Formats: sequence, C-alpha cells, structure tokens
Amino acid sequence: MSRFRKKGNKETPPVSTASLPDIVFMLLFFFMVTTVMREIELKVKVNQPEATEIQKLENRALVDYIYIGEPMNTALYGTVPKIQLDDAFATVEDIQPFVIKHRSERDEQEHGLVTTSLKVDSEAKMGIVSDVKQELRKIQALKINYSTRERNDK
Amino acid sequence: MAGRRLSQEINAGSMADIAFLLLVFFLVTTTMDASWGLSRKLPPPILENQPPPPPIKDRNVFVVLANANDQLLVEGELMDISELREAAKEFIANPQRKDNLPEFKISDVPLFGQMEVSKQVISLQNDRGTSYNLYIQVQNELAAAYTELRNDLAEQKFGISYQKLIDEDKPSNKQKIKAIRGVYPQRISEAEPKNVGG
Repeated sequence: MSRFRKKGNKETPPVSTASLPDIVFMLLFFFMVTTVMREIELKVKVNQPEATEIQKLENRALVDYIYIGEPMNTALYGTVPKIQLDDAFATVEDIQPFVIKHRSERDEQEHGLVTTSLKVDSEAKMGIVSDVKQELRKIQALKINYSTRERNDK
Repeated sequence: MAGRRLSQEINAGSMADIAFLLLVFFLVTTTMDASWGLSRKLPPPILENQPPPPPIKDRNVFVVLANANDQLLVEGELMDISELREAAKEFIANPQRKDNLPEFKISDVPLFGQMEVSKQVISLQNDRGTSYNLYIQVQNELAAAYTELRNDLAEQKFGISYQKLIDEDKPSNKQKIKAIRGVYPQRISEAEPKNVGG
C-alpha cells in the first residue's frame, strides 16, 4: 500500500497560462495586418461625411493628404476651420510649396499618378475647400479624392 | 537526489507581458485609416489667353445651385437632396426625348456602333458658405445617377452590371467599360463658388 499513496492535497492544479501569450500574439497580428502606421498627428477635427459612390485609395505611397477642419485646441487656435499639411497648420498659399516638395521626393514617372486626398470636416464651408482646389489646379495636381466614410444605402 | 518528477513549466507570464507591450505599441502608433472617398479629376487651370469655351444650349445643361443655407435650386426649382438622383437620371437619359431635356447626337461608340449619345452637361455652383457635407452629398447623388444608368445599360447589353464589370478586372471588360462610358459620359462642371449667401 505504501507505493500507491494518493496525493494528500486536494488543491486544484494551477491554470496553465501557456496559451495566454498565444491569444495576445493573435490580437497583435490582427492589428499589424489591419492598421497602417500613423504618419502624422491630426491637429484638426475631421468628421468625414458619408457617401456611397466611393473608391478605395490603393497605394498609400502615392497619396498626399490635406486636412481641413476646426482645430482640436479651440482655446488656443479658435474655431475657424484651418488647413493642416504634414503636422503643421498652413494657409492656402502653402499648398503649392507642399505639393512641389512632395513631388520632388518621388520619381519622375510617378508625378502624374499622385492623388491628393482631401480630408475635410463635414461642417467646413466650401469657401476654403474651393481655394484649396484652385491652388491644386494651378500646380497641376489634378487627381483628387474627397475622403469620406462608407455608407450602405441598400 | 532523485530527478525532478515533473519538468518545470516555463513561466508564460512574462511572455504575455512582452506580447502586451508590443500590442500596446501598435495600438498607439497606428490607425485603421482605410482611405475611401470620391475620386475626381480637376479641370486643368485656365490660361489667361485661352478663348472662352463655346456656349451650351440651356436644354443641355442641368443647373444645380447650392446656397449658404444648404438649400438646392435645381433647374430653377427648390429640390430636396433625396430627389436629386431621380431628376438627374431623367435629365441624363431623357428617355421620352422631351424638348426641354438634352439633345442627342449620333456618335460612334465602341462595341455598339452608331448610337445616340446625349449632349448632357451638369453644372454645379456652390456658395462659399455651403457646407462641405452638402457638397459631398450632391456629388454622391450625381455620381450615383450616372452609375445607376450605366448599370442598367450594362445589364441590358451585356447581362452584367457596370459595377461588376469594374470589379472583375478582366481585360475583356475594358472595351465594355469604355463603351458604357461612351454612352453616358460623366460631365460635371463646377463653377467658382460665389459669395452671395442665402
């Protein structure tokens, strides 16, 4: 009988935590696959309008972003919608140098393929948006994309 | 010393910590910013010494005006945004060949041969105070009008919707897409916004 002594303690065995990192890695891989490295910090509030007839912007490398909206820090900057280019506030006159700078960073043959994505708040007025569009026309950046959220009517 | 009865379990707690750290890093530095939107091509800038474009007959132009109060005046009448799509479709297609709607011109469309193509042009004028949301909704409805007409035509001629032709990305579809676009070209002209107000 002494060889078959049952274990005296009635404690439940500790829960195996070996699978915990597996779950976390799966979450991590999900985020790595579905997200994109955020390149700039948004300083304006952009609540995009919704639309149905939308296309997806394929190549992120060939897209320049222009943000227009109310500043996030209204106490410091006021409530008038502003333009944000690449991390800093800008005015309409800064758009042409912005496009030229980004163009110079790219290959010659890609110039005609660059799309300018306009991420504009729903409440912004058309005055400032048209000024931006006029500047883009002058600099021959004719491919634009009005960024919207997706809406499914049907 | 008798050997250990159980091999020691690797403490998985620290692996989880490392994984959590990496996860938090990715959560903080990335965005799920899939870029969707309405793609447009701006007209090239007008040079000063260019002759003015030829005038277009009233019947061929679909005038859409938006004021600073986000109201729409379509062909001289107040219209709600929900009615814009149907009105635009009737204008573009002109199925009953009405006199106050666009004329047709016989032109050579690939795959279909000689076909009547409408001389339709949609003209959009905003006020500087019009909200961007309304502008996008108008653009959306006009684009939807063209897409619905193109879908109907594609179903009729090819048995497959225009949207599917684009999604399928087969080389044989390119001719068909060109043909459909040839019958219903998207002609939306935007004028410089005025500062009139309401």
